[in-house]
Amino acid sequence: MLTRRIIPCLDVDQGRVVKGTKFLELRDAGDPVESAVAYNNQGADELVFLDITASSDGRGTIIDVVERTAARCFMPLTVGGGIRTVADMRAMLLAGADKVSLNTAAIQNPQVVNDGAAAFGNQAIVVAIDARSNGDGTWQVYTHGGRHRTELDAVAWAAEVCRRGAGEILLTSMDADGTKAGYDVALTRAVSEAVTIPVIASGGAGNLDHMVTVLTEGKADAVLAASIFHFGEHTVGGVKEYLASRGLPMRV
Amino acid sequence: MKLGIINYGGGNLQSVRNALRCVGTEAEYVDSPQRFAGLDALVFPGQGAFGDSMTALRRLDLVEPLRDWIQADRPFFGICIGYQALFESSEENPEVEGLGIFKGRVVRFKSLPDLKVPHMGWNRVELPRPASLGWDGAERNPFFYFVHSYYPVPEDPAITGGVTGYGGDFVSAIERGNLIATQFHPEKSQSAGLRLLANFVKKHEKAEVGSPA
Repeated sequence: MLTRRIIPCLDVDQGRVVKGTKFLELRDAGDPVESAVAYNNQGADELVFLDITASSDGRGTIIDVVERTAARCFMPLTVGGGIRTVADMRAMLLAGADKVSLNTAAIQNPQVVNDGAAAFGNQAIVVAIDARSNGDGTWQVYTHGGRHRTELDAVAWAAEVCRRGAGEILLTSMDADGTKAGYDVALTRAVSEAVTIPVIASGGAGNLDHMVTVLTEGKADAVLAASIFHFGEHTVGGVKEYLASRGLPMRV
Repeated sequence: MKLGIINYGGGNLQSVRNALRCVGTEAEYVDSPQRFAGLDALVFPGQGAFGDSMTALRRLDLVEPLRDWIQADRPFFGICIGYQALFESSEENPEVEGLGIFKGRVVRFKSLPDLKVPHMGWNRVELPRPASLGWDGAERNPFFYFVHSYYPVPEDPAITGGVTGYGGDFVSAIERGNLIATQFHPEKSQSAGLRLLANFVKKHEKAEVGSPA
């Protein structure tokens, strides 16, 4: 039986981990590669790097991070942030990433999803969707960290990128993100039921039962989490054991 | 030991190279028939579409040397597309011929409610008992990382090396002589995957010691 995936996410700014990781006695807690190796050793199912580097001259640093990570971590690696073109995708995949995550670029030019899937296969293309509730059982797609509202309905947009060849959806509730009050289960379920590809739930994890709920009621295939791991509250292995004890199929 | 990785311009080859390096072997890329010379073992990894991969192999004149290599039972490890390509054809691109080493067809996962395609993530591989030496040290029914929408249906049950359940059982690994091929990605399967690659390397290094110089 296919297991549910636990995916730690590291925000990287100019080659350094943002917010710091306190979960282990790392030689250099600011080095994303050290954190990646620690998660690999904890049995993380995959890893996501989100490059939040604002300046264009700092962008190249993520390539080096990906290369060094791929040399030491033998698990799937996704890179998001600042990827706009097929050439950008190729650079990440050649550096050792297995998937790239597209967000704003896909909204501005949806054809890039088709082009990426045709060039590298559906499995390599993740579309990240940031959504906010409209309060009436629908959700709107936002960009720029939830500041810009788009005209897109989140569920319809998910179905569209699925048709265009995305292999996976990384769904973040901008309402829940940072609250630690739990995932937006209704949003996750609505998107998961609207697409035939896996959905990764993100935003709002405060405790392990939040993960259980989004993986069961929310029908998510995987959960992304950052702070719950970074601050040493939980190890990946500990989380997986707990979820397994609650009857979820996990690789433990 | 000289190990080659088939490079037809697709797939994340660096990951395979990194994994082999981690188990102690430097590999070189094979992108022409000439580069088969002097090799002791071959890894054929890949991702993407069946048709594109076969077309690229034909363009690079790699089809005949690959067939010869496998038919001579030389050490071979196929991964994902490098597994699917061993069969006659695929539903993904029915007009394109596969290598046809084994009888059988590559088919797509059926559309079932709640069965997401691609089959993406970690799933168990049920090994026959006793498993071959290639699986030395493996846990019982180990987990490996999968990402695919199609899988081969071999006609010959004797080559089955592992079985995985996803909307029904499918053959997730085959073995015959010095050939092993897997639908999952050992290079992305942490310690379980590295162990499988290490066993492959070790097995054929040993054979080399006994052979005349």
